[in-house]
Amino acid sequence: MIPGAFDYHRPATIEDAVTLLASLGEEASILAGGHSLIPLMKTRLASPDHLVDLSGIGNLKGITVAGGDIVIGAMTTQFELIASEDLARHIPIIAETSRLIADPQIRYKGTFGGNVANGDPGNDMPALMMALGATYRVHGPDGGRDVAAREFYHGAYYTALEHGEILTSVRIPVPPAGHGYAYEKLKRKVGDYATAAAAVVITMAGGTCTSASIGLTNVSETPLWASEASALLVGTRLDKPSVDAALAAAEAITNPASDMRGPAEYRTKMAGIMLRRALERARSRTEA
Amino acid sequence: MNDQTRIDQDRAERTEKLQGMGCKRKRVEDIRFTQGKGSYVDDLKLPGMLFGDFVRSPHAHARIKSIDTSRAKALPGVIAVLTAADLKPLGLHYMPTLAGDVQAVLAEEKVLFQNQEVAFVIAVDRYIASDATELVDVEYEALPCIVDPFKSMLPDAPILREDIQDKMTGAHGPRKHPNHIFEWMIGDKEATDAVFANADVTIKEMLVDHRTHPSPLETCQSVASFDKVKGELTLWGTFQAPHVIRTVVSLISGLPEHKIHVIAPDIGGGFGNKVGAYAGYVCSVVGSIVLGVPVKWVEDRMENLSTTSFARDYHMTTELAATKEGKILAMRVHVLADHGAFDACADPSKWPAGFMNICTGSYDIPVAHLAVDGVYTNKASGGVAYRCSFRVTEAVFAIERAVELLAHKLGMDAAELRIKNFIKAEQFPYQSALGWEYDSGDYHTAMKKAMDTIGYKELREEQARKREAFTRGETRELMGIGISFFTEIVGAGPAKNCDILGIAMFDSAEIRIHPTGSVIARMGTKSQGQGHETTYAQIIATEIGIPADDIMIEEGNTDTAPYGLGTYGSRSTPVAGAATAVAARKIKAKAQMIAAHMLEVHEGDLEWDVDRFRVKGLPEKFKTMKEIAWAAYNSPPPNMEPGLEAVNYYEPPNMTYPFGAYFCVMDIDVDTGVAKTRRFYALDDCGTRINPMIIEGQVHGGLTEAFACAMGQEIRYDEQGNVMGASFMDFFLPTAVETPHWETDHTVTPSPHHPIGAKGVGESPHVGGVPCFSNAVNDAYAFLGAGHIQMPHDAWRLWKVGEKLNLHQ
Repeated sequence: MIPGAFDYHRPATIEDAVTLLASLGEEASILAGGHSLIPLMKTRLASPDHLVDLSGIGNLKGITVAGGDIVIGAMTTQFELIASEDLARHIPIIAETSRLIADPQIRYKGTFGGNVANGDPGNDMPALMMALGATYRVHGPDGGRDVAAREFYHGAYYTALEHGEILTSVRIPVPPAGHGYAYEKLKRKVGDYATAAAAVVITMAGGTCTSASIGLTNVSETPLWASEASALLVGTRLDKPSVDAALAAAEAITNPASDMRGPAEYRTKMAGIMLRRALERARSRTEA
Repeated sequence: MNDQTRIDQDRAERTEKLQGMGCKRKRVEDIRFTQGKGSYVDDLKLPGMLFGDFVRSPHAHARIKSIDTSRAKALPGVIAVLTAADLKPLGLHYMPTLAGDVQAVLAEEKVLFQNQEVAFVIAVDRYIASDATELVDVEYEALPCIVDPFKSMLPDAPILREDIQDKMTGAHGPRKHPNHIFEWMIGDKEATDAVFANADVTIKEMLVDHRTHPSPLETCQSVASFDKVKGELTLWGTFQAPHVIRTVVSLISGLPEHKIHVIAPDIGGGFGNKVGAYAGYVCSVVGSIVLGVPVKWVEDRMENLSTTSFARDYHMTTELAATKEGKILAMRVHVLADHGAFDACADPSKWPAGFMNICTGSYDIPVAHLAVDGVYTNKASGGVAYRCSFRVTEAVFAIERAVELLAHKLGMDAAELRIKNFIKAEQFPYQSALGWEYDSGDYHTAMKKAMDTIGYKELREEQARKREAFTRGETRELMGIGISFFTEIVGAGPAKNCDILGIAMFDSAEIRIHPTGSVIARMGTKSQGQGHETTYAQIIATEIGIPADDIMIEEGNTDTAPYGLGTYGSRSTPVAGAATAVAARKIKAKAQMIAAHMLEVHEGDLEWDVDRFRVKGLPEKFKTMKEIAWAAYNSPPPNMEPGLEAVNYYEPPNMTYPFGAYFCVMDIDVDTGVAKTRRFYALDDCGTRINPMIIEGQVHGGLTEAFACAMGQEIRYDEQGNVMGASFMDFFLPTAVETPHWETDHTVTPSPHHPIGAKGVGESPHVGGVPCFSNAVNDAYAFLGAGHIQMPHDAWRLWKVGEKLNLHQ
């Protein structure tokens, strides 16, 4: 648990960071909160020659309301997500999810951007961002570009980010007032990744589901947006047959690894159970 | 206020001032621990100190074709790379184990478990040492491995230990197969078999106490510093038994024992992990002897979990025979013990299966037979007593699960069955069928108190209602009530049957009273967090009337402390605590003579009064211990040598047998397999209670580790012998969030043979806790016909139980 040697860089601007990454080449890694990267380095599963620390860049932090969207800077910590009044008012599922990530000490350091960008299927925010239809702002040598969260994740630790690109912020459309939401996470202990977790955002009108979006965490190589399951709920009264059908559709897209959290079949079933419970709770929270 | 009231009040005030036995004295060591001012091995920084790190095997079983250290040695900052070839000329490539086997220090021709030590890199800093381990090129030829102990003795099993292949007699008798270590038997087989052949009711179940690890927060580590001029070695290390380490180092290094200084500084938890001797200790010593500068070795977490000292891995075929009314007539147990690649169990030398023969438990079972076969597998060695006396957790798990299975078969209440079979208070001292003499106990009283407090009858009624509701589909929760009534055996032990490498398992205390009446006491034991500095002082305070705050307890330095066998198996209080009381009484006897001289009366005219001797009938004529201490150095009686000190090496006449009644109430979510402990009640009887607060802390800690072991903690291997989950990501170390709330209680049945009647408590909660949790889980599913459910009871395994029983929609 002793990392290999590396050089440390702390640029002051995004432009400097992008230039540095271009000049340092493939053996440079971006350091945000460090709570994914540093354990990998300590076990030598990652041995970057260079760390480019983003903590010296001033404008990567913060939560702003911009029209119908909320924009969250990549270096905003999990603790800051939990503390934000704007998020509590407009997208409370984000704080609910943050509270289930690791423990308070890690949440003071761990960043939102790091959580969504590094492509670890165990991270909680990616599935939620897919459910919320978020867009990631990315900066690279050729300037900026936007990538939809639902298009971002290609494999374990393999994302739409090209080498040399930095995820700088996330834009999230604010769900309609009165929406129901829940993030249900099954884990073995504090600090653990999910055995399975489900994010649900729904709207209801007159007892009928008018929109639904479901994300699933840690039950495949990538976070999952359960589009078919979501679609199966719209127009229903969330009665048992409809929910059962959605669960079956959601379970069908999972492909979890067997690990110490349990065999694959268990984790698939737990994705379904978490989804059922998230739907129940989300529905109870709708104001329509 | 009359005179008697005034006298009583004065006496109470003086007693309180002593902070002696029975009071909740705050832990004195916590002043430094809570401020981060403890001093651990890794805090040690010596001039010129080098750092060692291991090259470890990626294979579970492989032949080493070649080792090339040239690239590592070429790395700037690397001073040396040791391999078996370097150690062999010194005779140090193998070291003796406590179990009479040998263990490779650095692998010579073969590796026998994943992460086994292959080479030791010594460099100027920890980082370079670690970098260099990646530059040692080892060529392996992978061999078929054995992970399942039931396959160890198959005729075509690969032979693991080629070094002892032809040695068909081991330290504990004949070996039946090259992968067999020993067979150990006790009890009357013929009589037992006869009872089973004719019994009304029998049960038989394979009960697995799975492999896990003690996992102290501080890993194992050492710093060796050899002074070439003086020919002296100083070795700092995480040693639960520093004197034994000194003797072992002397035996294997050839250095005379008086030129070896072993120092165990503050230790961050042991739980059995720090009893044995490890390759890292030996390599730091060899490195320092060769290089003449200090060498430090610090294990990381993954190394700790995967190499030094697993616990358990006992596969126990357990049988009970009983009448149809529920009177247990006989017990028969066969254990297949997976010892890993080397037999490095830390047991008293004559006890290859520890005290497994306490497995008749708290019950009056007329005949029994126990047989244990130890086998080699391609796993790390160890088999330590993880927060228990030797194999006692295994033994108690076997009997406490077995009585539940018997109760289920008989259709009897599990508490009622226990009560029916308890050894009765009047039967003590009780001779067990497997050879122990239980010193004291009052099981019926303890059980009744526990059942009344927890509201046992009401809980069973609630459970019946819940089961009906579950059957009707109104709830997805199952309620389980776990019971465990354990008897431990601690305080090893009497010289007639307990030794470590030939050294009898006594322990020691040396107490010196200084002229001003303050005290230093040095002990042969070594605290790893148990609070010895607090509790030994309380014993002395009560015995000789000097305030505990004026008494300093020192442990861990073999130059100054009297020889002792160390701290494990709950032996500190039963053995060293007894030595403390006996040494204190020697001092008190001398003090009485001095007081008599000072008061110009006969010794027999004096009586003890809290902190002083006073003349009988003349309470105003007295000498306090403080005054007597001064006189001991200033004006002792004629013909008496000055000074006031004593030493005692205490050899216990018997073990002590703490016991307790534990109850657990659990609610299990059938759909996820998640189990929630609603209540846990622990009644402990550890005899005389020295410090109730420390006892409570010990019970909390032991229960937490029991909870971990029963509910998810494990060291698992895949079929290729890869160790799974050897990091805190997977290894279940419960945090405050997962840990249940503990309710503690007690009865007091003093040990009749111990000077202060104390029995030891640090391990009881673990021993009693594991089966209690497992019984709660098993009880939850029992009415559905689940049969025995193996530990660990983590969520996915319980979900699988639900699958098997078709409980999921």
